[in-house]
Amino acid sequence: MSTAYPHPRSLVGTIGVVEGTAALRGGIMIELDGVTKVYGNGEVQVRALGPVDLLIEEGDLVAIMGPSGSGKSTMMNILGCLDVPSGGRYTLDGVDVSKLRDNKLAAIRNTRIGFVFQSFNLISRTSAVRNVELPLIYAGDKSRRRERALAALERVGLGERAGHMPNELSGGQQQRVAVARALVTNPAIILADEPTGNLDTTSTVEVMRLLVELNDAGRTVVLITHEPEVAEFAKRVIELRDGQIVRDVRQKQLVAS
Amino acid sequence: MIWEVTRIALRGLRANKLRSALTTLGIIIGVSAVILLTALGNGIQAGFNEQFGSLNTQITVTPTEGAVPGGGQARDLTENDMEALLNPRDAPDVATVTPIVGGAALLQVGGDQYRTSVTGTTADYLSITDRELTAGRAFDEQEVRTNAKVVVLGPNPVNELFGGNPTAALNQEIRIGSAVFRVIGTVEATGQQDDVAIMPVGAARSYLTGGDDELDTIIVRARSAEAVTPAADQITAILSERHNIRDTAKRDFDVQALQQQIQEATQFLSFLTLFTAAVAGISLIVGSIGVANIMLVTVTERTREIGIRKAIGARPRVILLQFMLESIFLSGMGGLIGIALGVGLSLTGAAILPQLIPDFPAPAVDPSSIVLAFTISLIIGLIAGGYPAHRASRLRPIEALRYQ
Repeated sequence: MSTAYPHPRSLVGTIGVVEGTAALRGGIMIELDGVTKVYGNGEVQVRALGPVDLLIEEGDLVAIMGPSGSGKSTMMNILGCLDVPSGGRYTLDGVDVSKLRDNKLAAIRNTRIGFVFQSFNLISRTSAVRNVELPLIYAGDKSRRRERALAALERVGLGERAGHMPNELSGGQQQRVAVARALVTNPAIILADEPTGNLDTTSTVEVMRLLVELNDAGRTVVLITHEPEVAEFAKRVIELRDGQIVRDVRQKQLVAS
Repeated sequence: MIWEVTRIALRGLRANKLRSALTTLGIIIGVSAVILLTALGNGIQAGFNEQFGSLNTQITVTPTEGAVPGGGQARDLTENDMEALLNPRDAPDVATVTPIVGGAALLQVGGDQYRTSVTGTTADYLSITDRELTAGRAFDEQEVRTNAKVVVLGPNPVNELFGGNPTAALNQEIRIGSAVFRVIGTVEATGQQDDVAIMPVGAARSYLTGGDDELDTIIVRARSAEAVTPAADQITAILSERHNIRDTAKRDFDVQALQQQIQEATQFLSFLTLFTAAVAGISLIVGSIGVANIMLVTVTERTREIGIRKAIGARPRVILLQFMLESIFLSGMGGLIGIALGVGLSLTGAAILPQLIPDFPAPAVDPSSIVLAFTISLIIGLIAGGYPAHRASRLRPIEALRYQ
């Protein structure tokens, strides 16, 4: 796998390896308790996930890995409150979200989760800053909205591109706008689903460095990837196979300093 | 949040300018057609009222022709009968009475001859029958009292004897029967009773029709449209009394009001207006189906966008609002432009049509049709957008995000 993709170590000049588990604050951000997801009904039922127990601490940077069909997308959908588990309990930042309805789930996604998707998922024909503003609009948050959106764009190094349309930005830039949009509401966790899947190696490192920086600043980041090179940025790697956790290790984090 | 969602909706429409414009066009055509056709219908109704409205209060009294049922002696209508109808105590609802005696006579100017009907009447005949003068004047009460030999010609005698030139006829001496009359006026063509020579009632009797004080017709005008029925009853009572008639079957006169026919015609015209508006309404329905169609396409096309919006926290209600607003803007804009176009066309038509086509009734815009058209266009937006917007709001984010 790694031969198909240049190793990030060879791409970034100043890279070192440090102890990964250094400074977790110890609070529990995500708690999965016997969570399952079953698709289909009646005779043909496919269990895509679980039962899974999982604790993710506040301030952690976790990579969830696994081949396609391993259940990682299902895991991502449940963690992101885009889908509800068929069984078990999911507590996010102290709130049991496993039984919530659409409206409540939307509010949770809006305020507690920041999404970064593989295909960027910016709204087309809408400028970068307006894309970043959207979660604040949907939160009904009027206070200094434009200012905060611009600050988030500054944070990802795209302050001068605020007025650009998505199709005027490179893939890496679009993904950084997506990161800005993910962090503008100050969410409890950032959930990145194959965030580098559509990026070249330079942009991959840029985006990963951004996520590591956000994590260093104390934000919980959950990363879903099938690329070991990307997983090396994480402090903890969880591997799924056939809907079950088969490996869960803390590792020395690859950092871009 | 409504304001931001409104801006999002507007941006959505701007993203597909041509498509939005074409969809709006359907509503524009529908709304302007409704307004224009209603305006045309109103114009025709108003024209009808102007032309025939005066007949609404008119009652015609005529003697029964031939034998009276029951075999009694039929009596003529007389000047005295007419005077009796003017008694305010017995006939409080009668406003005016106008006598008419009729006959036929040969008109001669130089070597030209023309046979026409003669109407002998009083000074207010022309105003009561709504005949406009094309030249000269009507005879006055003085001329009626003195049986003056003056005549007002209808269009047919003017055509036959004076080459259709009303001014050429004025002040000409004309032999009618055995007497020589002076032409003092001519009247316009109405399509009815164009073949006529109108003169003072006494002159007609003295020189043409003969007779003492018999009348062929009494035209009565009621005080108001509501007074027509009581006036007719009063007339019947007075004449029955004067003619000593106890049995209604043995009456020797007819009392006829045109009111009912006029009202039926008016009602018929308003049905016709309603019908044309309904036909235009069909195009409005077609236009609204266009809106519904485009909204469905839009929602399908933008499934992924909907997924993104939901993922970052848009509640179903907000998505519903966004697409409802898009639909309402499409139809509302169409409504506004359609109103402008419909009113503009109606006003242009009112300015131009009567000049191009004589007597064409000018379209009259009904303000209520504007309000109705705009309300309907907004309702169209709500209904046509409702299902697509509901579908958008119910999309599951994971499926919407997976959509390519």
